[in-house]
Amino acid sequence: MTADKDKLRTRIQQAIQSQKRPTVTVLSSLLAIQDSMGYIPEEAIEEVAVHSNTSINSVFGVASFYPNFRFTPPGEHSVEVCWGPTCHLKGATEILESVLEKLGLDSEGDTGDGKVSFRFNTCLGACSQAPVISVDHELYGNAKPDIVSNLLGSLYEKENLH
Amino acid sequence: MKYKEIVSQATAEWTEMTSGKVPLIRIGTAMCGHAAGAFRVIKALQEYLDSTELEVNIQEVGCLGLCYAEPLLDIKKPGKSRLFFNNVTPEEIEYIVDEYLINEGYPKEKVFGYIGEEGPVNGEDSLESMPGLKLQNRIALRNAGHISPHDINQYIANGGYAGLYKALTDLSPSEVIDEVKNSGLRGRGGAAFPTGVKWSFLVGSPGPTKYILCNCEEGDPGAYNDKGILESDPHTLLEGLAIAGYATGASNGIVFIRHGHDGPIERTEKAIEQAYALGLIGNNILGTDFNFDIEVALTGESYVAGEETALMEAVEGKRAMPRFRPPFPAAFGVWGKPSNINNVKSLSYAPEIISKGADWFSSIGVNKSTGTAIVCLSGDVNRPGLYEVPMGMSLGEVVDDLGGGVTDNGQLKLLQTGGPLGGVLGPDSKDIHIDFDEMRSAGAIFGSGGIIVGSDKVCAVDLTRVLVAFCQFESCGKCFPCRLGMEHLLEIVERISDCASKPGDMDLMKSIGGTMEAGSLCGHGQLGFGPIRSAITHFEEDFRLHIEENRCPTGSCDRPKIVPKNTRPYATDHIAGE
Repeated sequence: MTADKDKLRTRIQQAIQSQKRPTVTVLSSLLAIQDSMGYIPEEAIEEVAVHSNTSINSVFGVASFYPNFRFTPPGEHSVEVCWGPTCHLKGATEILESVLEKLGLDSEGDTGDGKVSFRFNTCLGACSQAPVISVDHELYGNAKPDIVSNLLGSLYEKENLH
Repeated sequence: MKYKEIVSQATAEWTEMTSGKVPLIRIGTAMCGHAAGAFRVIKALQEYLDSTELEVNIQEVGCLGLCYAEPLLDIKKPGKSRLFFNNVTPEEIEYIVDEYLINEGYPKEKVFGYIGEEGPVNGEDSLESMPGLKLQNRIALRNAGHISPHDINQYIANGGYAGLYKALTDLSPSEVIDEVKNSGLRGRGGAAFPTGVKWSFLVGSPGPTKYILCNCEEGDPGAYNDKGILESDPHTLLEGLAIAGYATGASNGIVFIRHGHDGPIERTEKAIEQAYALGLIGNNILGTDFNFDIEVALTGESYVAGEETALMEAVEGKRAMPRFRPPFPAAFGVWGKPSNINNVKSLSYAPEIISKGADWFSSIGVNKSTGTAIVCLSGDVNRPGLYEVPMGMSLGEVVDDLGGGVTDNGQLKLLQTGGPLGGVLGPDSKDIHIDFDEMRSAGAIFGSGGIIVGSDKVCAVDLTRVLVAFCQFESCGKCFPCRLGMEHLLEIVERISDCASKPGDMDLMKSIGGTMEAGSLCGHGQLGFGPIRSAITHFEEDFRLHIEENRCPTGSCDRPKIVPKNTRPYATDHIAGE
């Protein structure tokens, strides 16, 4: 158990130290950890506080402010659906219904088997292709509920979407 | 290396690429292309080409503006114009390559049009004669869709860094500021403040460390022009930043981008690296004594981080909450140093303004809105896209001529402009022109350039509910009138949408809106009532039907309301250290 914890801290420290940009801040370190580990473990809050010479409270204040940070390990796959006004006009409600039903969720969160993490996105940046969904960071525009079904189905059937 | 040597080397490479013996395939991979499947098309293309003996040069390019036609691919055979193919799927690659490159035939079914001095290919129409390109006047986006954002030499071969070279060799910093002032350029981030005047605020501030911050937070749903510039032509922004740095005596530039927008981030970072390598940023730029460093800073997801003082907090790695003013950024900005915050679009005009002169820029546009408007047209419209058009074009021309009218032969019902804090306009808004002042007096703002079209199938109450839900979700929580007001407004709009309103709800909303306007530090709270106010003004009937007749005119409000449950979803159910 202690060995695992040490390993975790090493990974966190590596993520903090591998930042290439000249300016390192609490936020940039948290983003680097999120990118490398997929979430912010409790230990990361402490490590960033030590590295930035600030308090645990200040670091957690930043981490909890931005909704892109999560505090538990993510599912194997990520699914994001845009709910912005353009996507809403173009049928995001139907897409969201279909995604939630397929994943057996009633809102943001992870599926029971830990396979998929679903979250809302306020803007995926491709409004001209609305409605837009993102599966493992690949964007799919002009999405229809049946395409969503196929995409999500393929996450379970094949493992080739890693 | 001297600028002229850099140019001649870049030009030679460009000539070889575009006029050499190897066919050149360009494909749009901006966010719009990505969402339409451009990377899946490239994968199919590469795989198919590997199975043949063909030698082909594939280049990723940005957005030509015709997002509806993405994935948009073109092939330039030696001696011929670029032949475009629209809405290409991976399955169609074999047909296009076989017909056009192997069999020397002609893939008639997929051809979209041509662009090029070499003239028509097989008698096809010129893309430039179609309204989508003909009505555009591309300045900030002049290279988008033509050059690869990954290659600085392609930018330089097309006149890149000539503006910076001219500024450094021919003009004094104050002459650069005068030029920008005389061009009439106004900030494109929403406030429309004259850019040259803004720059002049920084001139007198003490150095040596002064910052020019470039705002590409762009969390507005419905706007993608900042990301479009960074993905299509990041060097035009870097050149503009360096010009602003020279004019104001700044030492550092920071490009501020939202985490998760990988395309713009990667392309900007690569561009910075390449510009350093050629000595176009860094120390002693182009052999002069001007030093200017540029880096990228990322923000987490937060719409308020686009507000200039909240942006500075985020750059410092804190929560993106606005600061009190004064002190103003020009006196006390990021890390306490003098700072100037500009939008991507505003800075991206600078190279051409310096190259071609203030008079040229101010001759485009109308009244006090000079230059071009970069419109993100989306929603119920046949040809959504990223269109750069002269200021002064009417909203009707945008929707009908550029956008090809409302989808499914529907009627225009509403236009949502200026981002979620902007306004909703009715069908009578077609005669309003894209002019900062005219739109403001019409009760809307041009803002950052998003125009969302709604057909007669859209319920104004339903759309307002989503806009308010967005503003509530994004309230940073610093000022209670905004934090609580937004939540209360959402509650009321939701019950109106559910046809369960209470007597006096309309007046209650106005009262809350007034408090928010008076008691919030930044635009988010001050303008937060805007969407409701404009919706009530232009779509009173929609509200009346929900309130008095208990029905939604389009049935949109009868669908389930699926929105995030909490403002900051993960913040409330986890406490660190437990």
